[in-house]
Amino acid sequence: MKDRFANRRFLVIGLMIFATTVLIIKLFYIQVIDKSARVSAANNVLRYITQYPARGLIYDRNGKVLVTNEATYDLMVIPAQTEMIDTSHFCNMLGITVQSYRERMAAARKFSRNNSSVFLKMVPAETYARMQEEMYKYPGFFVQARTLRKYPEPLGAHVLGYIGEVDDRIIAADKYYRSGDYIGINGLEKSYETELRGRKGVNIYMVDVHNRIKGSYSEGKYDTVAVPGKDLYSTLDIDLERYGEQLMHNKIGSIVAVEQSTGEILALVSAPDYDPELLVGRVRSENFTKLQSDSLNPLFNRALMAAYPPGSTFKMINGLIGLEEGVINPATRFSCSMGYHVGSLTVGCHSHSSPLDLAGAVMNSCNAYFCSTFRNIIDNRSFKSAPEGFDHWRQYVTAFGFGNKLGVDLPNELSGNVPTHSYYDRYYGKDKWKSLMIISLAIGQGELGTTPIQMANYTAAIANRGYYYIPHVVRSIGQPGGTPNEPFTEKKITGISQENFEAVIAGMELAVNGGGGATARGAALDSIIICGKTGTAQNPHGRPHSIFVAFAPKVNPKIAIAVYVENAGAGATYAAPVASLMIEKYLTGKVKRKDMETYIMNLKP
Amino acid sequence: MDRNSSILKRLDWTVILLWLFMMIAGWLNIYAAVYNDQHSNILDFSQRYGKQLLWIIAAIVIAGMVVLTDNKIYFFFAWLLYGLLIFLLLLVLVAGKNINGARSWFEFGSLRLQPSEFAKFTTGLALASFLSSRGQHLTGFWTMAKAVAIFMLPAALIAIQPDMGSVLTYLAFFIVLFREGMSLYVFVSAILMVVIFLLSLVVGNLAVSIGLVVLAVIAIWMVSGRAMAVVSAGVIILSGSISFVLGKYAFGFGLGPIAIMTVLLAGVAIVLVMIRRKMKSLLIIYSFLVGGMIYLFAADYIFHNVLPQHQQTRINILVGLEKDPHGTGYNLHQSMISIGSGGLLGKGYLNGTQTKFKFVPEQSTDFIFCTVGEEWGFAGSLVVIGLFLWLLIRLVIIAERQRTVFVRAYGYSVASILFMHFFINIGMTIGIMPVIGIPLPFFSYGGSSLWGFTLLLFIFLRLDASRSEYLG
Repeated sequence: MKDRFANRRFLVIGLMIFATTVLIIKLFYIQVIDKSARVSAANNVLRYITQYPARGLIYDRNGKVLVTNEATYDLMVIPAQTEMIDTSHFCNMLGITVQSYRERMAAARKFSRNNSSVFLKMVPAETYARMQEEMYKYPGFFVQARTLRKYPEPLGAHVLGYIGEVDDRIIAADKYYRSGDYIGINGLEKSYETELRGRKGVNIYMVDVHNRIKGSYSEGKYDTVAVPGKDLYSTLDIDLERYGEQLMHNKIGSIVAVEQSTGEILALVSAPDYDPELLVGRVRSENFTKLQSDSLNPLFNRALMAAYPPGSTFKMINGLIGLEEGVINPATRFSCSMGYHVGSLTVGCHSHSSPLDLAGAVMNSCNAYFCSTFRNIIDNRSFKSAPEGFDHWRQYVTAFGFGNKLGVDLPNELSGNVPTHSYYDRYYGKDKWKSLMIISLAIGQGELGTTPIQMANYTAAIANRGYYYIPHVVRSIGQPGGTPNEPFTEKKITGISQENFEAVIAGMELAVNGGGGATARGAALDSIIICGKTGTAQNPHGRPHSIFVAFAPKVNPKIAIAVYVENAGAGATYAAPVASLMIEKYLTGKVKRKDMETYIMNLKP
Repeated sequence: MDRNSSILKRLDWTVILLWLFMMIAGWLNIYAAVYNDQHSNILDFSQRYGKQLLWIIAAIVIAGMVVLTDNKIYFFFAWLLYGLLIFLLLLVLVAGKNINGARSWFEFGSLRLQPSEFAKFTTGLALASFLSSRGQHLTGFWTMAKAVAIFMLPAALIAIQPDMGSVLTYLAFFIVLFREGMSLYVFVSAILMVVIFLLSLVVGNLAVSIGLVVLAVIAIWMVSGRAMAVVSAGVIILSGSISFVLGKYAFGFGLGPIAIMTVLLAGVAIVLVMIRRKMKSLLIIYSFLVGGMIYLFAADYIFHNVLPQHQQTRINILVGLEKDPHGTGYNLHQSMISIGSGGLLGKGYLNGTQTKFKFVPEQSTDFIFCTVGEEWGFAGSLVVIGLFLWLLIRLVIIAERQRTVFVRAYGYSVASILFMHFFINIGMTIGIMPVIGIPLPFFSYGGSSLWGFTLLLFIFLRLDASRSEYLG
């Protein structure tokens, strides 16, 4: 019998070949062309566990610990893998409410179902110990160890700064940081962030469908080891810092003490201050808001960020420039009849003997003397005009570190203000200004703005008789006994010859230790010669600020200091005794003048 | 002995080698799928690869036994075997063990047997026997109905278990009927039905209805010329408008009744034309249109109101209407990740992370191809698919060299069943078939399916070895 349908075999074979071709085309597409499955497979199986290195510690100049670390544990969750059986027990263990549990899970799910996110931050060590025994019951949860900052003493908050979680902006700007990482936000924590943080490590594990770790990926070939952060050896003297903070108790203002021979900052106080512990851990954001809304602004680092007119403390620099420029000499005398009078202009002065030489003028803080000196500098005939003389003057002033950021190794330093040539041009017309129009610069008033750290640095330059090192807080990184970073070892020259300092320093000595007319006798110490100068910064908002700058001893000085007490009147009343006590504390190790100490500590302007 | 050795010589060794190779490749992939560090001894019989080794040895023994039997018993006992398996399929509904909601298995101690795997070869033998009997021509309606009933009976019993995956594989016997002379119209209709159903899910009933009408008009154009097509289109549009206005505002009908009303109204007009001009082709086209419309809305009704929810979901996921990587679509999602991540050359044997860490469920059984795709890549997949195609074409060629309808029809049964399993199983793992739990022949873990396929294959090889004994 002839098979009529024999040709249908080809249709059957054709169907088989067609179906096979469909399979091959689809396979080619998903295996060779589309690469997304490879990513999905990696996401399925790889778990990146970050190893957080311990942050570097910070020591004081004598090896005492200022900042240390404490272990803490973040509870992480991968929502897709959770199988919650006993929610209430779980919540009890963690000390959270069921409501809060639901909110946290919702937040985590919103972030990602398959990636881990922080479920509960900073679980205390005791809770962690209890949790560890029961973690196996709660798949999808795991604990990530972190370190928190810990402060043996509540000191130096403004120097040390604080750390906080990175925000989206930082994550976008710097690839190193991932959500939940910490970064230094202020103080040394910020300026030495890269040294302190070390380098995170990552361990890549492979997990099975139940998220159980099945081993390292590629035998750990792509794992990186966490590198611990480097320790900072700072120049702070914790005893002096503590003492300074005690003296400034109840006051507003700041103290900056430097070792003038090196520029090392011994103490940096900004009052009011705060306990650095307040900005650690779970309580941080709450406390931060509280501190931020405090009307006295304890977060504001006045030592670096408050610019005041320097007042009479500025007179030394004008004397020094006058000597260097040869428009006066130490014996030059100017008369003063209760002030400086030219035409209708009067710069008032107080009663003192007249005429005075340079040392006497510094001692008595004579306004007329420095107005005359200033005019001689600006109106010097070797310059074509007063503005040209001003340029010359300004060069000296900036050489002392005024008008620019010093480059301190702390963030948010202010540059202060020394008015510029163009500023006066705008104000008075191009080169149409005379020395008398800017005479207030002679006595440290007017548009001048200087920060306490600039004043301390200025005092150090005087103590050094002509140079300074940029003030800094960190002496060495990683191990003790190293050298500070590059800019801090460079000697900065002021342009004033060494011999020109003696008359001014003599005046500063007399201001503290002289007889009648001495402006800061309250600061005198019997054993050590302190050279100092009072100042009063005019304050448009209320009582003037009390300023005192000093260094000691006179020969081979060890410390230069600037003290500001806001709204406290003349320099002699508050700032001078504070500076004197600080010097005594630092140079002798203890303070003998207990009455004065108690008096100052309890004083509230 | 002389007779036996000559049979060995006349066996088709290409097929036997392919069969052996597939079993070994399958075992290697089962080992990879089950592999973990604790159990790496290949003879660990607590593990699936250990057991599969036993099943493979048993399969070789079974194959040997089939070769040694007399070829005539398969012809003479075809109906007896068929009846026995029908009995077992009935028995399993009562005495079977309920696993995952289905009564598909007999349990004897630690051994489980699935009668539906063995019913395939008995059904094949019975169908072949029926088709070879004198005077049966598939062009006749009753012959056709009986032939379909032979394989739909076991299929219906399996549907009761329920095991819809296995039921689907019984549709393979339509290929046998096609080869043996089934009407092309039936065959085309069957294919059209599948296409219409899937399209209605994807693009909606209205679009498919319009598509059917347009197709009908194009067909009329091709058969009867432009004038007739324009007239037909006009008639349909007119009846459509009448049906719409009447149906919607007078009776409040939905889309389905309106569409059917349209084609019926149009039919009246076309029948009038047809009576005058005696156009048979027009009647056929019209019948297809009416049938298509009725089928479309009936299928829609059955899909949404009769089919269980999880079956609906699987089909919806397949046609891309639903995406649910964590629910029903999880298996498919992970399966495609496994195969896709294999790339061109694969991750290497025992290095498949998806496989090793159990991201794909049923990896050693229904989703064994994931292991091939992940660890051997596109290259390995191509080899496996190539081997299957080789085997299938080889089986068709062997079937075509038979002198009897019985052996040829049985050969087509073997090729069709294996083809169905191969295409649906691999298609399922890569998302071109719904997720239907059926094994990949000779690869998937499991004694019943391996033995069932081995019997299916070796009975054919045994019959083929004796082909010269038959007379035309």
